[in-house]
Formats: sequence, structure tokens, C-alpha cells
Amino acid sequence: MKEMKQWKAMAAGTAMAAVLAAGTMTAAAEEEVTITYANFNASGGQEETLEAMYEAFHEEYPNITVEIETIGFDDYFTQMQTRVAGGTAPDCYELNIENFAAYANKGALAPLDDLDASGYNETALSAFNVDGTQYGVPGNFSNVVLIYNKDLFDQAGIDYPTDEWTWEDALSAAEAIRALDENTYGIYQPVTFNEFFKVAAQFGGSILNEDKTEFTINSEENVAAAEMMISKITDSNVQPNDEQMSGMGDWDLFQSGRLGMIPTGIWAFSTFAEGCDFEWDICVEPGQTQKATHFFSNALVVNADTEKKEAAQCWINWLASSETAAKMRIDAGWDLPAISNEEVLSSYLEMTPPQNRQAVFDSLDYLEVAPVIEDYALMSDIITGKLAEAASGKITPQEALDAAQSECEAQITLQ
Amino acid sequence: MSKKKKQQALIRSVPFMLPSFVGMIIFSLLPIVISIFISLTDWNGLDKLNLNTLSQHFVGLENYINILTTSEFWKVLGHTLYYIVLYIPLVFLASLGIAVILNKNMKGITAFRVMYYIPVLTSWVAASLIWKWVLSPQYGIFNQLLSYIGVRGPSWLTSEVWAMPAIVLASVWKDMGFFGLFLLSGLKMIDTTYYEAARVDGAGKIRQFFSITLPLLTPSIFFCMIMSLINAFQLFPQVMIMTEGGPNGATQVMVERIYTYGFKYFKMGYASAYSWLLFVIIFVLTVIQMKGQKGWVHYES
Repeated sequence: MKEMKQWKAMAAGTAMAAVLAAGTMTAAAEEEVTITYANFNASGGQEETLEAMYEAFHEEYPNITVEIETIGFDDYFTQMQTRVAGGTAPDCYELNIENFAAYANKGALAPLDDLDASGYNETALSAFNVDGTQYGVPGNFSNVVLIYNKDLFDQAGIDYPTDEWTWEDALSAAEAIRALDENTYGIYQPVTFNEFFKVAAQFGGSILNEDKTEFTINSEENVAAAEMMISKITDSNVQPNDEQMSGMGDWDLFQSGRLGMIPTGIWAFSTFAEGCDFEWDICVEPGQTQKATHFFSNALVVNADTEKKEAAQCWINWLASSETAAKMRIDAGWDLPAISNEEVLSSYLEMTPPQNRQAVFDSLDYLEVAPVIEDYALMSDIITGKLAEAASGKITPQEALDAAQSECEAQITLQ
Repeated sequence: MSKKKKQQALIRSVPFMLPSFVGMIIFSLLPIVISIFISLTDWNGLDKLNLNTLSQHFVGLENYINILTTSEFWKVLGHTLYYIVLYIPLVFLASLGIAVILNKNMKGITAFRVMYYIPVLTSWVAASLIWKWVLSPQYGIFNQLLSYIGVRGPSWLTSEVWAMPAIVLASVWKDMGFFGLFLLSGLKMIDTTYYEAARVDGAGKIRQFFSITLPLLTPSIFFCMIMSLINAFQLFPQVMIMTEGGPNGATQVMVERIYTYGFKYFKMGYASAYSWLLFVIIFVLTVIQMKGQKGWVHYES
């Protein structure tokens, strides 16, 4: 109870401080719309890029002033929830894909009518469409590719991965690399819901049936997917278990040169470019019966209660899809704008490493959107929990998915 | 002081009390009262919070009944009790040890007092991250030290058996300075003439400790007991950072559940009911302790 009080107080305090700070900034403005915009994505290094984007926007639309509030990811959603409930949410803000559905279903978001959707990547845009109504625009997007350590492949004397690889190819390569040294591992893939729903898709399975009315967690395909994910830890041990990881992060393991392959987000590029003293490259991650790759996108949304909806929609639309903003985003090495204009995207391809940056775009052909439901966080925790039990060897993957299926059915009502 | 003067003094003091009083009402008292009403609803934490919303979402005592009938609640309560059984004796012994050592009059003792108090002032976030590394099974210093005496340390935070003891270890390290300081002040208050008299009567050090020090220290010990029990039930930051409730839910405790339900699963009503149950448990235990103190706490005089 005490903790909750503290959270509330903290949220209120921060909000007040932000309002005060923002208030002094725009005191000189006259006769114009002033909107507030909150985000987490610029925190930790891109605050200035966002500020520069706003300046460019303000030149185009001098009557719209945007007060930008950048909040760290760890506090963002606790704070935003409190502010939405308290009626003090900003006019427009950013949401990650996991929270988007909950906010949209609970009526916190304004439908974006008359949106000029021409410049957007369609898959990305459709992720924020709920039953035919557009509630958000994709502010950015990123995906996951297979990153591999070329030096370890050379040492093991095996071919580099290709876009056509299946999991069999990947696992036999992983075994060859694992054989190099006691402390060198073939591959690392977290045993979590987030990873599982994608691997399930690669095996032809899914978490929900097509119209999202039933869970299909323990389907045959899904069990095969879970068995692959877990047996490479418990049986062949080409992937380190928790004890072998010893609290080390998976990126750290890769950067230490002791990991052959890691399917991970393209936001790792800049870290790996700096931190790896060996050659590495990327390709589309392995599939099984079909290819499937992760897709992450943050929605920019408009508060349902705002009186300045038009201005707010204008700003988020510009931020997400204008050429100017897209260019600035790419030049700063922030992330990818979810736009369809390939000319703008091409400058992204010229940056190395990795050499094969084209794989980032090739992966887009196989995007698998997260099975977003209102109780996403609860479902995710239940499935991750059961998979972790299986990874520790206490139960079989089949038992884990059976248990996850019945627990999800008991605790979650699907619309 | 006459009655009138007293009243005047009260009125004069109001402006001085107001700032902290208003803060307390707005940020503590009001949320506490509101949370009672929230606990009777299935409010999701996102809809506008007003009377209308609350009455629409009214579910009566359903949340309380649901919580008490899930196995999760009893499991979580069990984890908390497990933590308490390990934590309280250990933190008490450690802090008593510190207090006795720091009670010596020797050169540079203040430096030692500061040293033992530093963990108390450290933020739990930083401390938890350091402990995560200390307890790392392969690269951690703790298992390294154990290996010197021929013990193969467990994989602390990733083992269901050892995760809770690991959290206890970190908590004892962090809290022993705090309780040590209280016990130290208790020790300082004991009149030295008792010891002189005991020495004259031929009582040894050990006899002196059990017949003088311990009985006269009971008021301080009592205070520490109450504080540490309340602390133990509110166990949260170290769990959140070191294990996030894992492995396989072995370190899920009440406040962690409250936070998860309220802010992750959007079940604010359920979370509020959970926190009121926590309050009831702490309240009952504290009342029992207060009543029980007559049997063993000796107040000097």
C-alpha cells in the first residue's frame, strides 16, 4: 500500500514539475495552439533529435507549439496510467504495442479520422487499427534479425547463415560452434512469450485462433516450437542455461565473442558496432515451415479528452510520416521510420556494419504482429512463467503449454 | 497554561503545520480512504476516477473473496513468512553484534559506525544490482569465497530454493546498520553502575550480558521487532530488481503482486483489495506484539 501511494505521489510530482518547466518555455507565444506530447522513446540519447524535429515542424506550422515531455521507459507507463485516470494526460503521447490495445479498448484514445495515411508502411499502420478504427500511427518501427559472429563460424569451418536457413541448419551450426570451447555457445534466444509467439509462427502455429476468440496455446505446432526452443538449452546445451549465463546479459555474451548467433533487435547495431572486436553480420532469422520475424512499433496516439485534437493529430502525423522527420530519424541512427518511401530509407542501407543491412528490409516480408489482446501483460506473464518452468527441466514443453492454455482460459476472457 | 492560552498557541501553530499537514492529507490520507472504495470495485485503473465510475464498477466484496480463495494468495503469504522466519533472527543477531562492537570505546569507532550505516543510506536499486553480481554463480565473489572453503555455491537467484535466502542475505546486509544503530542507542542508555555492581559481585562478561544488557535492551529490541516485521511484509524493491518474483514465482511477495495487478494487468480494484488485506495482516500482528510486550519488555524505572 505504501508503495502504491509513493507511485501516485511520484507521478503527480513529476507531472507538476513538467508542467511548470513547460509553462516557462512558451510564455512568450501568442495566439497559437499549444499541445503537450509525452514520449519515452527519445529518452536516453535522442532528446535532442526530437527537439530538432520539433523545430522543423514548428517552422512548417508556426501556429502549433508542442511542449515535449520525455520520460524514462521504466516510469513511463505507471505515470501515464495515473494521468489518464486522473484526466491529466497529455494531448498526444506514445504507447508501446503491448499497452496500445488496453488503452484503445478502454476508451482512452481518440479515433484518428481523416488521417492522411498515404506515406505509411501498411503492416505497421494496420497494427494500430482496432476493428476498422485507426487509433494510432506507427511512430517508428524495428524488427529482429539473426546477428552472427563471423569469426566463430570461420573457426568452426562452417558456412555463414543465409536467409534460407531453417532451424535445423541453425542448430547444427550452433552445435559446431558449441564444440569449439566449453565456454562458447552456439545461439541465444530468450525463453519468453515475446520470443515464443514468433517461433510458434515459424512452425505454423499461433497463440490465438484467427478471430481472436480462443486460445490455441497448446497446439501441435506450438509444442514443436517450444520443444525446439527448450531442447537446445536442456538437451544439446548449444544455448546456455540460467546458471551458465550467471546473470550476464545476452548482448554482453555476444560482445564477449563467446556466442555464435543471436536473433535480436536491429537496435543492437550501434552497440555491437562499438563493442565487438570481431567481424559480424546479419541475415533474416531462420524459419521452419515458414519465415516469421518480429515487428515492434510504438503508436503515437491522441488523448480522447483533448480539445486540440486537430493540432495533436497534425503533429503526430508529421512526426511519424513526414520526409523531414524520417530523414532526421535515420541520420541520427535512432530507429526506422514506418514509412513506405524507399528513397528516404536507402540512406539507412549505406551504414555499416553490418554489411548485409538489406536483411533488415528483407525481414519485413515476414512480419508477425504480436497477438495483442486487452490482457496482453497477463497472458504474456502466464506463458513466460510456464516456459521458464520447462526450461528449468521441471516439466516438459507439452505440459507447460497445456498448463498455460488452461490458466489463460481460466483468467482471461477474450472478446 | 490556561485554556485560552492553549487555544491561542494552537491557532498560532496552524500555519506552521499546514504545509506538511496538507501534503499528508492529499498524498496519504485521501488515497488511503479512496483505496477502500476502489477495493470494492473492478475499476481498471484507466477509466476516469470519479464516483460515477466507482459505482458502475461496484462489485462488493468480490475482490476480497477472490483473493482469499486463490492458491496464489496463500503461496505469496507463505513466501513472505519464509522470508520473515529467515530475516528477523538473522538481522537481529547481526545488528545486536554490530551494536555490541560499536559500543566499545576505542579510537576511530565513529568511522566504523559510518561504515555499517552506509548500506542503510544506499538506494535499494543500486544495492540490489550489486548483490546480483555478488551472487552471480560463476563470476560472483560470494561463490568464489565459498569455493575457497571447498563449498560449491548454489546458483543463488536462479534457483527456486536459494533465491529467497539470497534476498534475505541482501536485506540483512542492508538493514543491520539501521537496527544496529537503534540497539546501540539502547546500549548507551544502560547505566554503567549496573555493570560496576555486577563486577563487584563477581559476575562474568557473559552473565552480565544476559542478566543486565539483554533485559534492559528489550525496549529497543521490541521497537526493532515491530519495525522489521512491518518492513518484511512490505518487501518489494529488492525482489523487483533481483528476481522480479522469479524463478518460477518462488520470490513473489505481496507488494510485488499488488504492483503487478495494479499497473501491469490493469486490475486496480483487485490490487487495492490486496493492499487492504496486507494492511489487516500487519495491523493484527502489530496489535499482538503490543499486547505481548508486557511479558518480556522491561522498561527501566
